[in-house]
Amino acid sequence: MNKSMIFGALTVAGLAAGAAGAATLDDVKARGTLNCGVTTGLIGFAAPDANGEWKGFDVAVCRAVAAAVLGDATAVEFVPTTGKTRFTALASGEIDVLARNTTWTFSRDVDLKFDFIGVNYYDGQGFMVPKALGVSSAKDLDGATVCIQTGTTTELNLADFFRVNNISYEPVPIETNAEAQQQYLAGACDVYTTDASGLAATRAAFENPGDHVLLPEIVSKEPLGPLVRHGDSEWGDVVRWTLNALIAAEELGVSSANVGEMASSTNNPEIARLLGTEGELGAMLGLDADWAKRAIETQGNYGEIFATNIGEDTPIGLARGLNAQWTDGGLLYSPPFR
Amino acid sequence: MSDTHAQSVAFVRETAIPPAAPPSTAAGPVKWVRDNLFPTWANALLTVAALYVIWLVLSSTLPWILGGIWNTNSLAACREILDGRSAACFSVLTERWHQLLYGFKYPSELYWRPNLALLLLFFAAAPVLFFDLPRKLLIFTGLYPFIAYWLIWGGTILAPLVALAGFIAGYLVYARLVKASFAKGFLGGIAAAVIVWGIGGYLIPEGASDRAMLEAIPSRDLGGFMLNLMLGVTCVSLSLPIGIALALGRQSHLPLIKGICVVFIEFIRGVPLITLLFVASVMLAYFFPPESTVDLFLRVVIMITMFSSAYIAEVIRGGLAALPKGQNEAADSLGLDYAQAIRLIILPQALKISIPGIVNIAVGLFKDTTLVSVISLFDIVGMIRGPILASTDWNGVYWELLMFASVLFFVVCYGISQYSQWLERRLATDHR
Repeated sequence: MNKSMIFGALTVAGLAAGAAGAATLDDVKARGTLNCGVTTGLIGFAAPDANGEWKGFDVAVCRAVAAAVLGDATAVEFVPTTGKTRFTALASGEIDVLARNTTWTFSRDVDLKFDFIGVNYYDGQGFMVPKALGVSSAKDLDGATVCIQTGTTTELNLADFFRVNNISYEPVPIETNAEAQQQYLAGACDVYTTDASGLAATRAAFENPGDHVLLPEIVSKEPLGPLVRHGDSEWGDVVRWTLNALIAAEELGVSSANVGEMASSTNNPEIARLLGTEGELGAMLGLDADWAKRAIETQGNYGEIFATNIGEDTPIGLARGLNAQWTDGGLLYSPPFR
Repeated sequence: MSDTHAQSVAFVRETAIPPAAPPSTAAGPVKWVRDNLFPTWANALLTVAALYVIWLVLSSTLPWILGGIWNTNSLAACREILDGRSAACFSVLTERWHQLLYGFKYPSELYWRPNLALLLLFFAAAPVLFFDLPRKLLIFTGLYPFIAYWLIWGGTILAPLVALAGFIAGYLVYARLVKASFAKGFLGGIAAAVIVWGIGGYLIPEGASDRAMLEAIPSRDLGGFMLNLMLGVTCVSLSLPIGIALALGRQSHLPLIKGICVVFIEFIRGVPLITLLFVASVMLAYFFPPESTVDLFLRVVIMITMFSSAYIAEVIRGGLAALPKGQNEAADSLGLDYAQAIRLIILPQALKISIPGIVNIAVGLFKDTTLVSVISLFDIVGMIRGPILASTDWNGVYWELLMFASVLFFVVCYGISQYSQWLERRLATDHR
């Protein structure tokens, strides 16, 4: 490569960064599709089904944003990313929003220059061990071999936890959750640690789930949420308030079944503002009045999305726990629509 | 016995005894078993031990395979039928075979297009692989890349036609100018092709692909074993000519050409393939504006081709080095110019020597195409590791899926290796 080519490439990169910094909302509208980064497959959160349709808890956020912005929940180009490629894909402008159960941390927000627009799942790191090991607390795990996904916050939390408790462990690095499952079952490690939601889903897929226990310790806070690039607050607002609309809808009792009726006949002014029959909230975002109504209509409110993808009636069987509404003792709390 | 007379002997046999069948220990299966399985005590012990190991393997795997369940629609349902018995859940293959072969986004009503492209591949490859076939079939081989592109990606037929026209124009100009000098012909050919492509690209109307005869499929939607085959075939067939050019360039007397070839080969061979793939998928995205990114499939093809052509160049250089210097001198003394000497004397011999090495690299390259799963392309391994194992229905099925993938790869790689052995026998000119 000669010098002028390098300079040329740098110029193009500079232009690209400049272009990416400008109105993502206009780009998405002009393109007609939303480019949404998801995982290459995580049970319950994002995976294509037998017909090739993406389904899952994170996927629903992408579809809700597409429904709000473009009026079509299917106008989403899903870009599968791995733990290592996800941030470059977002930073380079290949995707508009990353909804890939990514933990909101200080350095990702500040140093990597992303904006986390909220939390769609409050998770925490747990441990799973075979019952036969006879361990009842994570503090008994001195000298254990631990299967751990590389490039994730769980890796760092694990090191912190063992250091604080002054016990030792031997890490067995693995790439994907599916790989971890097989390694753990084959006895390559005594303990598998990842987010508690992932552990529950993994255990549910075992032939004999009863032979394995989840230890009571939750050793970290893992607020998982969608994120966008720094420097485009208008676009960040659109994604943030779409997520908030889903959460607020559950709190206000608006669901996919009754949203049409609510929109026409509600007396509650906040529901009316949310669904666009009163006020100018949509226009403030640069969208039309029905933006939130469409998102709720196609995807359901937060509670419905949770129940269909990862709730107690699914094979994954997660309880609401921290992810209940604040009125039910959980952490979900949408700012008011006013 | 000298006084023994014929008359004094009671019986004289006048006909030959009909040959008796050899004793059962000296012929037939018993002899084969004794000679091959139990010739000595030590060998007999080894045979028994080997049989025991084979029995151990088969007695656990055969019931598992033969008792497999083929018709459930989730792992949970399959386990319910098995009820604690250990057997395979092949139903994941019957439910998801199309995803394993074509990826999860290629529209199922269009599967005939890649199928047809694969079928035509055999016709296109035949005259190249089996040189006893009539040479006129090579015309179809030349057209095949454009037909296959049109079939798999769809869209406007004008795009492959313009590409083809560019190549033809380039060749015509080359053929006319090459008599004056090779460099003139070469550069003139490239210039003509670029001009045709430029004009053609300008002429194709905007949105032509939207109302094309074949629906356009973006590269992102390709996947499964189809993706492995496409990458393998494209990269092997591209890297062979590039590898030959690099090997010849490395032997050139012109320091500039030699230097470029040496640096290229040594640089590429010194970098792991997975690094090049990460560069293709992650780094290049920074260098292009978001709207004008080069197709990811094309980026991967370029990287894998660069990688394998560097290796093939070294294999061919080995073949060139094995030729005695006298071959070059003989060509010179016949009055052949450089191109003729290479084409008629040097390359046929050097390539023949290099066949095992080239096939080795082709097989390795084909299997390396599964590495694209780490840059989130859904080839067959990517499909298994990602979407299928992450679906709520099939989370936890490993052996069946990976066995299926190994069988597919084995069939293709064994085929390549058998072809190369046939080719070596066919080309054998040494008299043993």
